[in-house]
Amino acid sequence: MQNLCLAIVLSPLFGALISGLFGKKIGRAGAHWVTIIGVGVSFVLSLIVFCKLVVWDEPVFNQNLYLWLSTGGLNFYVGFLIDELSATMMLVVTFVSWMVHIYTIGYMRDDSGYQRFFSYISLFTFSMLMLVMSNNFLQLFFGWEAVGVVSYLLIGFWFKKDTAIYANLKAFLVNRVGDFGFLLGICCVFMYFGSLDYGTAFSMAPGIEDDVMVVMPGYEWSVMTVMCLLLFVGAMGKSAQVPLHVWLPDSMEGPTPISALIHAATMVTAGIFMVARMSPLFELSEVALTTVLIIGSITAFFMGLLGLVQSDIKRVVAYSTLSQLGYMTVALGVSAYAAGIFHLFTHAFFKALLFLAAGSVIMGMHHQQDMRKMGGLKKYMPITYWTSLIGSLALIGFPGFSGFFSKDAIIEAVHLSHIPGAGIAYYAILSGVFITALYSFRLVFLVFHGEERFDEKTRSHLHESPSVVTIPLLLLAALSVGSGAVAITPMLFDGFFGEGIYVAASHDVLAELGTHYHGVLGMMIHGLSQPPFWLAAAGVFTAWFCYLRRPDIPAKAVTVVGALHRLLLDKYGFDRFNDWFFAGGTRRVGQLFFRVGDVAIIDGAVVNGSAKVVSWTSQIARRLQSGLLYHYAFAMILGLIFLLIVFVHQFLLAN
Amino acid sequence: MLALSDFLTVGAILFCLSVAGIIINRKNVIILLMCIELMLLAVNTNFIAFSRFADDVSGQVFVFFILTVAAAEAAIGLAILVVLFRNKNSINVEDLDVMKG
Repeated sequence: MQNLCLAIVLSPLFGALISGLFGKKIGRAGAHWVTIIGVGVSFVLSLIVFCKLVVWDEPVFNQNLYLWLSTGGLNFYVGFLIDELSATMMLVVTFVSWMVHIYTIGYMRDDSGYQRFFSYISLFTFSMLMLVMSNNFLQLFFGWEAVGVVSYLLIGFWFKKDTAIYANLKAFLVNRVGDFGFLLGICCVFMYFGSLDYGTAFSMAPGIEDDVMVVMPGYEWSVMTVMCLLLFVGAMGKSAQVPLHVWLPDSMEGPTPISALIHAATMVTAGIFMVARMSPLFELSEVALTTVLIIGSITAFFMGLLGLVQSDIKRVVAYSTLSQLGYMTVALGVSAYAAGIFHLFTHAFFKALLFLAAGSVIMGMHHQQDMRKMGGLKKYMPITYWTSLIGSLALIGFPGFSGFFSKDAIIEAVHLSHIPGAGIAYYAILSGVFITALYSFRLVFLVFHGEERFDEKTRSHLHESPSVVTIPLLLLAALSVGSGAVAITPMLFDGFFGEGIYVAASHDVLAELGTHYHGVLGMMIHGLSQPPFWLAAAGVFTAWFCYLRRPDIPAKAVTVVGALHRLLLDKYGFDRFNDWFFAGGTRRVGQLFFRVGDVAIIDGAVVNGSAKVVSWTSQIARRLQSGLLYHYAFAMILGLIFLLIVFVHQFLLAN
Repeated sequence: MLALSDFLTVGAILFCLSVAGIIINRKNVIILLMCIELMLLAVNTNFIAFSRFADDVSGQVFVFFILTVAAAEAAIGLAILVVLFRNKNSINVEDLDVMKG
């Protein structure tokens, strides 16, 4: 098992190093072969590990492999914890990454940074695996930061594009905010548990449930609440929850394959995974859970709305990612961790599919991303059309598709939950279903149906993408359809995650949900009579009516609710506020320190001031040097007389 | 018989005259050199007097050395003076202030 784990982690790293450092020598084909084989090996071995745990019922593997650092009685290990939770994540990460690797051959065919790109995405796979397989907080943090760095590198992959540079800087800075909270959370864990090992920390957590800490005099805070909130700040940064979501839409400046891999399917789910992993901690603080729930439902609802007004195909999918991450967070908030991970699992497939399909469209349209200049692509790109239709159906939760099971489970779980805030969250995510359907099918109708809004030149080049692109699409489409139905029963109701996820009995909504659950078919039939299905259907119908039947309606709607439209286009002003308050404020504080501290005090008082004092005293002192001989002689005489007086005076005293 | 103090008084008067000459004279560098000579002579007078009254010849040996040095100094001083006059066209002490701060 140990060697298996090492091989899983190291083979993508090996591929990344080879293609990154020797990219010129091994050439383009060499670079994609070495990384695809690396990740492929990783995927196959992950599958073996998964089978070992799930099918052959081997025990959970939890072992430190390497003592990284030992200081002051404190040991930092590199170690692996392989239970059902991490095995699921490994499977998702390596599979999606593998698909994206293959897809990239087609998408990046003409790019000069081909080898660099493969190196980065392999490095990302390594980092993400380190994150999910870790058995301690420090290694988790290592993986956390490493995926952040790779994300930075990939958003700014086209580093000559100003918007890309702005976007990657923004992503990095916003993530820094989250990571700071996360680091504080880890410090807090270490302070109270004295260990960064998951097992130790989780077993000690119930012992300090009632402890309080005093950060500001006069206020006592529960230790568990502070710890969990700080950790959740980290999750907010990485999983793009309001208000730290601003980086994700901008990250669409990167090439499409990484939008699919990093900013939809895997990295952004790190926060969800982390909270699920920390479930023994979060279960102890109801305040933290409510915060998670509220933040998640705000993200799920309001970010979905923004998807309605975007015209860039990738940005629509990006906002839908934000909204879906909100759903996962909501699931975590009501202690339905398994449902959150289940949605993460299905979402990884259909969101990667949607992004890759969008990429395929972008390739066909010669890097045109504006949906207003597309339309009617169905007959030119049939495979892309059918796969993205499947992805969209999965996304809106059409019964039978994977998204239906995960999303319905979350909605039902929220409905059953009694945690404060669950009532609002229920309505937020329920209306989110309508919005999801509306923007998803707006995309489908605008891109693939209706009249063709592009010119002759584009039409003459328009064709279906090559097979390296369509094969990943088909594989992902198959999983988008099937993964939900196959996985729901074991994952949610049969205690699949075992010890990996801990839920307090009073919060256990999934167990309650399980009593109403009568198999996959039962859930589908039941789903047909439930509000989510009808809301989704209404969304699809609205999209069809507004964008195919009467394309003049959206334009009229904009004039009717102009203020709302502007608010949405402005993304609720988050960007403007951040630019004005944080970026601008920092600049103004910097200006202040520059003017007062640097110019006035350091340059003015210290540097020039000391020089002025020297100059001023020497102005006076120079008068002493007249250059005239008799002045010096006179000074000598005066000195002589003075010495004589002293001498004679002492002589007289002595006698 | 003249006492030691008489000689010392003469020496002191000569010394004071020369000091006054150095300080008060603002016009002529030659007078400056003369004043320095006078100062040395005052010192010599003291040496001779002490030598005589202490009955020790080493004071007179000193005087020979001082006279020799004074002669050399006068020669060099006058040479410098000539060069100075060629350059500045003046031997006015007040003009010699190139070392002014």
